[in-house]
Amino acid sequence: MKKPGVKWLAAPLAIYAVLAYLFLHLPLLILSGFSFNESRFTVWQGFSLVWYRAAFQNQQLKEAAWNSLIIAIFATVAATIIGTLCAYGFWKRSSPVLAGSLYMSLVTPEIVSGISLLAFYQWIFRFLRVQLGMHTVILAHVSFSIAYVVIVVMARLRTVDAQLEEAALDLGANEWEAFRYVTLPAILPGVIAAALLAFTVSFDDYVITSMVAGVDSETLPMVIYAIARRGVNPVVNAISALIVMGFGSLILISERLRET
Amino acid sequence: MESVLELEDISKDYPAHRAVNAVSLDVGRGEFFSLLGPSGCGKTTTLRMVAGFEDPTTGQIRLNGARIHHLKPYQRNVSTVFQNYALFPHLTVQQNIEFGLRRRAENHIDQRVRQVLELVQLTGKESRYPSQLSGGERQRVALARSLVLEPDVLLLDEPLSALDPNLRKQVRAELKNIQRQTGITFLFVTHDQEEALSLSDRLGVMSGGELQQVGTPEDLYLRPRTRFVASFLGLVNWIDGVGVRPEATRVTKGPAETGARSMPARVVQSTFLGNCVHVEARMDAGPTVVAEVSRLGESFSEGETVDVWWQPDDELTFE
Amino acid sequence: MKRLRAWFLAPTWTVMLSLFAAPLAIILAYSFLTRGTWGGLTRPWSTESYQRLADPIYLGILWRSFWIAGAATVLCLVLGFPLALFISRAGNRKNLYLSLVILPFWTSFLVRTYAWMFLLRDTGLINTVLQKLGLIHNPLPLLYNDGAVILGLVYGYLPFMVLPLYATLERLDRNLLEAAADLGAKPWVALTRVVIPLSAPGIRAGAILVFIPCLGAYLTPDLLGGGKTVMIGNLIQNQFTTARDWPFGSAVSLTLMAIVLVLLLVFVRRQEGGLV
Repeated sequence: MKKPGVKWLAAPLAIYAVLAYLFLHLPLLILSGFSFNESRFTVWQGFSLVWYRAAFQNQQLKEAAWNSLIIAIFATVAATIIGTLCAYGFWKRSSPVLAGSLYMSLVTPEIVSGISLLAFYQWIFRFLRVQLGMHTVILAHVSFSIAYVVIVVMARLRTVDAQLEEAALDLGANEWEAFRYVTLPAILPGVIAAALLAFTVSFDDYVITSMVAGVDSETLPMVIYAIARRGVNPVVNAISALIVMGFGSLILISERLRET
Repeated sequence: MESVLELEDISKDYPAHRAVNAVSLDVGRGEFFSLLGPSGCGKTTTLRMVAGFEDPTTGQIRLNGARIHHLKPYQRNVSTVFQNYALFPHLTVQQNIEFGLRRRAENHIDQRVRQVLELVQLTGKESRYPSQLSGGERQRVALARSLVLEPDVLLLDEPLSALDPNLRKQVRAELKNIQRQTGITFLFVTHDQEEALSLSDRLGVMSGGELQQVGTPEDLYLRPRTRFVASFLGLVNWIDGVGVRPEATRVTKGPAETGARSMPARVVQSTFLGNCVHVEARMDAGPTVVAEVSRLGESFSEGETVDVWWQPDDELTFE
Repeated sequence: MKRLRAWFLAPTWTVMLSLFAAPLAIILAYSFLTRGTWGGLTRPWSTESYQRLADPIYLGILWRSFWIAGAATVLCLVLGFPLALFISRAGNRKNLYLSLVILPFWTSFLVRTYAWMFLLRDTGLINTVLQKLGLIHNPLPLLYNDGAVILGLVYGYLPFMVLPLYATLERLDRNLLEAAADLGAKPWVALTRVVIPLSAPGIRAGAILVFIPCLGAYLTPDLLGGGKTVMIGNLIQNQFTTARDWPFGSAVSLTLMAIVLVLLLVFVRRQEGGLV
């Protein structure tokens, strides 16, 4: 259905939209395409998986990818559980102060979150004999992922009839059973979507991670960043292409789940 | 009659207003009891306090003589049929009905579900999801889900209001039938006076959070204690401070019966309604009345001079 | 029921208090301390770090950050509005077109920034193609300047502008346009006098959503600006690493937070469908 009144706009708008979508997608497509280039220069010399082989043989990259995966899994599980419970609590009754602080955590510039967490950890370490490492990164990731989880799960909860829980209580279910057997199944697609989102946000983070990581917890974005600061590198092109494809499919699944 | 549910001086205050004010009520075992009133009169709040979704501000609720108003909803042997049914959308008919039995870890679940499905005539629809059922079928699943638990009192919150009018009368009859068959006490909330009069053994009329009067349908219709009860249960002609129902109001061209109270009037309008005729007449003394007369009797035309009369026995009087 | 609800919120309260509020409280305290000889923190308490912000060097960085974030926001609005208008008129394809905007947004921010390095550098695709075509002889200096940073920010945050714009345009009553046409408004007038004013809430939301992360950007200026384009984010990072002046870094951080808060308070009205 076309909206009347601005018909003259249809054709120019469509042409513009094509250009805009090219602007949004072409850089990543070109980068991914050239990751298969045999040459390390921006001249196409032929299809090759040489840079992928190099990436997979790079010990530092492998370790960093493994670290990122572990951190993202732990942070995702924790943030999903904590955030889902929080959204459920908000659904029962709003809590403007807590919701406000979650919003604040979303709009706080990453560099500020990063240095304040670093300062906090350093201060704590005066009293406890611990150091920066995987655990500090995981805790930081949990703290910034919760807001995403709460927002996604909350959106799903708004579509759930609150009377269903009353019906469950009425039929003899206690509060936990009402949540477990009635509300949780209804919001499960939203919870999974939230988890996928939290995973990508955690796996991708550089700014906060680089401030709170220890010597043993270098992540994939940190390695990519270190290489990228020295300039373009074909191995990074290959990893980038893998990340684009991996994230793309996770987000597509997440979007699909949010719609069901 | 043995009481199964007793409300004693129940009130419910919300921050801005008092929803229920000092309601006392006894419901007998096996009775079909209705709470009737306009929306916002406190009838649903009363029902929700019995179910355990709201705590009374003051007063006591007793079930089988034991106080229950401090118990959680799942600790009370009462069950609710919700206005929108509140069926679990991700569970089948079978799973919806099993839900309560499983929570109580009861035995013979399959057999009991089969029996109740037969009772509500849904055999064969066990594996359907609520979204695959008609409105009437959903209503019966909601009923079965509660009935299968054999509650001491079944609470029904306007269960017919979501159905279309044609279906409503049929379901009404089925509901009454199921109540008779099972012998379960029904506490039925409605704003439809025809529904309440036709279904109930006894009913209570509520207004402004207060219980106005409790009695049998005949009691309330013929001997209302307040003007509100009188008007809410049917049309009333108000003549000189007394009320006369349209079917007790007579209009004739000739003289009135002996002993009747009579007043001269002029016909304003005569409306044919199929089974009867409503004659609207303005009395010389002032008020306009409606008389329900047989379509087989005299016919009236606009402007005719008539006598309006009624027997003193048919007058509704109030203290 | 109330006690149970408290348990649902307790984990989030714990995380937010210990990993968000407490760290901010600590840098608040640090911002009033003095830098020690070896980069540590010592007393006395002072407001010196805040006073140093008035130094022309730092005011320059602040101004530059505002200028770059503002330019990126305006560009996002100009580029995003027609796209949002297109999507809002796309009928049953709306969701597809919307996903196409969101998809690159959720792809790694780092990789997306890197992709522009790949395109813009001296031996990058754009310069290579232009040289092959004989249009230029020496590569254009596309990377490592303010323009590259603004481009990176626009690319990064365009979806933040398109989504709220789309949300308001979508709600626009189509009859309004008919009415405007009916009353003799030329299409261009209908667009500028009816559509754009009525999408003001979306423009405001989009602008604030783009401006705030651009103002605090760290990664984009560092990679695409090549250290030449110093914004507030880079200044903060520098104080906590190379310069080892934590009190000053903390003061800059809190100033940035204060600016963000003021912007939110001024521009964001209570919206429907929030968290509360």
